[in-house]
Amino acid sequence: MSEIKVNTWERFTFGERMARFIVFFGFALALSISLRTVEVIPEFLLDAPTQVADLLARMWPLDYAYYPQGIHHALMETLHVATLGTLLGVLMAVPVGIMGANNIVRVPALHWLAKLILVSSRSVNSLVWALLFVAVFGPGPLAGTIAIGFRSVGFVGKLLAEALEETNPGPVEALTAAGAPWLSVFVKSYWPQVAPAFWGIFLFRWDINVRESAVIGLVGAGGIGMVLDTALNLFYWDRVSVVLLSIFVVVIVAELLVTNIRKRII
Amino acid sequence: MTGVVKVKHSSPFKANWWGRFGWVLAILYAIYAANFLDVSWTRFVAGLGNGADFLSEMIPPNFTRWQLLLGNLLETVQMAVIASVFGILCSLPIGLCAARNLLPNWVTWPFRTFIALCRSFHPVIIAILFVKAVGFGPLAGILTLVLASIGFIGKLFAEAIEEISMKPLEALRASGAPFSSVIVYGVLPQVLNRFIGFSSYQFDVNLRNSTMVGIVGAGGVGGTLFAAFQRFDYDFLAAILLSIIALVMMSEFMSVQIKKVFQ
Amino acid sequence: MTTDQNNMQVSLPQRSIRIENLFKEYVPGKPILKDISFEVQGKSSVAIIGASGTGKSTLIRCVNKLIPPTAGNVFISGENITKLQGSELREARRKIGMVFQEFNLVERLSVMENVLCGRLGYLTPWRAWLRKYPQTDIDQAYELLESMGLYDFARQRADSLSGGQRQRVGIARAVMQDPHVLLADEPTSSLDPKTSVEIMELLVALSEAHDIPLVINIHDVELAKRFTSRIVGLSNGGIVFDGPPSELTEEHLKTIYGGASWLQ
Ligand SMILES: Nc1ncnc2c1ncn2[C@@H]1O[C@H](COP(=O)(O)OP(=O)(O)OP(=O)(O)O)[C@@H](O)[C@H]1O
Ligand SMILES: [Mg+2]
Repeated sequence: MSEIKVNTWERFTFGERMARFIVFFGFALALSISLRTVEVIPEFLLDAPTQVADLLARMWPLDYAYYPQGIHHALMETLHVATLGTLLGVLMAVPVGIMGANNIVRVPALHWLAKLILVSSRSVNSLVWALLFVAVFGPGPLAGTIAIGFRSVGFVGKLLAEALEETNPGPVEALTAAGAPWLSVFVKSYWPQVAPAFWGIFLFRWDINVRESAVIGLVGAGGIGMVLDTALNLFYWDRVSVVLLSIFVVVIVAELLVTNIRKRII
Repeated sequence: MTGVVKVKHSSPFKANWWGRFGWVLAILYAIYAANFLDVSWTRFVAGLGNGADFLSEMIPPNFTRWQLLLGNLLETVQMAVIASVFGILCSLPIGLCAARNLLPNWVTWPFRTFIALCRSFHPVIIAILFVKAVGFGPLAGILTLVLASIGFIGKLFAEAIEEISMKPLEALRASGAPFSSVIVYGVLPQVLNRFIGFSSYQFDVNLRNSTMVGIVGAGGVGGTLFAAFQRFDYDFLAAILLSIIALVMMSEFMSVQIKKVFQ
Repeated sequence: MTTDQNNMQVSLPQRSIRIENLFKEYVPGKPILKDISFEVQGKSSVAIIGASGTGKSTLIRCVNKLIPPTAGNVFISGENITKLQGSELREARRKIGMVFQEFNLVERLSVMENVLCGRLGYLTPWRAWLRKYPQTDIDQAYELLESMGLYDFARQRADSLSGGQRQRVGIARAVMQDPHVLLADEPTSSLDPKTSVEIMELLVALSEAHDIPLVINIHDVELAKRFTSRIVGLSNGGIVFDGPPSELTEEHLKTIYGGASWLQ
């Protein structure tokens, strides 16, 4: 017992700690620079309470009578834009997702093409997609549907590709060895393995799309956002509050629906 | 196997009526919805012609006003940084107070309602309200993104806390540690890594959103984008879009790197 | 070569597998398999033994071109499979039944559908998607399942079965292909000793009943000696033993597996 051996064990190596320090330091630096240079007029904050009080006073009481005449149809439109857009997006995402899964497609060029499509779809916000398609198809839900679809491709495609990459290669090998054509191998081996994930992604995206399709109307892409935009421009705040309430209810119902269906699938 | 009398078997698969019904329903729905939305092939084809014109006007992108563009992008990043830091700082206590395994229900439910409210409204809607409250400019955008961050991280953080092991907490409580020490030594070590993960993801999300809230006047590059669009200034629009994509891709890359550091 | 091939087909009505001068290198210049040749005909069964990493799995996958060989030929009932591509390759693969160590069933499909998957090579993808399997296939699948004692499990999901039952389903799937040869890559390695014996009995019985060659990769030398009529020993990518089990001595095992300490 004369020799005591000290086993030092450190949770992080020096390099790791340095990296963490650099990240924190970088953030602190960025924050201080941002705070100093951003063009914020703090006096506006002081004024905010009166403004908010004014806003609330104008929003109250809610103009419920406006719902049947002006909101209901637009709300249905929003739901259809979300659903149809999701279907469109999924339809486009399936081939891209398959192309992006590196255990299925081994051609690097196709792989990169898929990655490019997925990244550009996700980098552009749905509001911006909506702007672009309003320029192409004119204002209205057609532009909105296609925008929602294009925005969904990246999300669905990326998650689908990841799910495909996680499948067990054994059954694929077995069916290939049995001489099954590629499409049969896909249908009987990849698909059964990713189906639950696929439906989960579909529902998840639909839920997001309900939220997004409620606002793309602000740039003219149809749905309840257009009603909101009109009410805002005309300062009908009692209508704005009804619109916001209806969006809130729809979003909550959609989320409840999706969580319940997901529970049953998985 | 020869010599066995062939038996006729019924189909081994239950007819999947629900599946078939679902497909028919989906197709019928698509037709109905397309009608409802007045989405038609002719409109689509007419739009494609427009699209070609639109694209030809966008090319080549016009970067001559790069100074304005750079200033806007900088503002976008500033908004994202400030909002992320304050959003993350706020969601720490709010997430803690919303965790049902640490605190009684009467404490958690107001916080959980607040988080749910932050989540249910799209950032653009929140931005509209803030623009009315504090005027045009980045302040409205920052406040919007702070709320959005609380909605996202607050929820995930609360869920992460609800999943932790209670054993270390019991030990600490048994030794008579005050509530704050229980939090610092029992709870935070278990969830800190996940919290950092959510945060780096949220920074990425905030940056994406801060490119957009400008559309309703809440600062950042979105305002210039919308203006270019309304003035049919499509080659400048293309330049803005390309720089947004570049910025977002850079931030995604950074967020991946940061996640690696904290794994 | 072609005339020879045609002659083979005429003169060999028997189901057979013939491997000629097979080479395989994953990394150029580092061959895993070096000049492998052997032939199996009719109802005889061959066990391939060799240390881990010598290339047994590689060899057996070269037979149906799941892994393309670098050089050499593989004939299935006289047809050279190494030159085939696309649909011709798929048609040739239908004649090669394969059984796997991890069973490789599609877990989320029913037992019945897994067995019918053996017929996918004969079906258009469209019919496969709609599950429109021919009635004769369904009848045959039921008979097979019944003979293996799995009739009652037909509608259950494959992941509800035990290991031995799963391997039987895997074997049934291979038999559904109407194969000219049966390949098995360590079919018993994931099973307990008793089930292993049952699976080996089943494989050998099927080989004899259908009059087709059986090639098994196996680690359990005793099992190999007990059930097969011929043993091929691989070492360093080459064949170091090829003969009946009775001729396999401890000396051979030493060259195959290396060292002697494990031989007690
Ligand atoms: N895809 C591959 N790329 C490169 N090398 C490979 C590949 N597959 C196998 N190998 C190498 O080939 C050699 C033979 O592998 P193989 O799987 O055929 O061995 P085995 O005899 O089946 O071993 P075991 O008894 O453990 O199953 C190993 O050294 C392995 O590292
Ligand atoms: Mg092997």
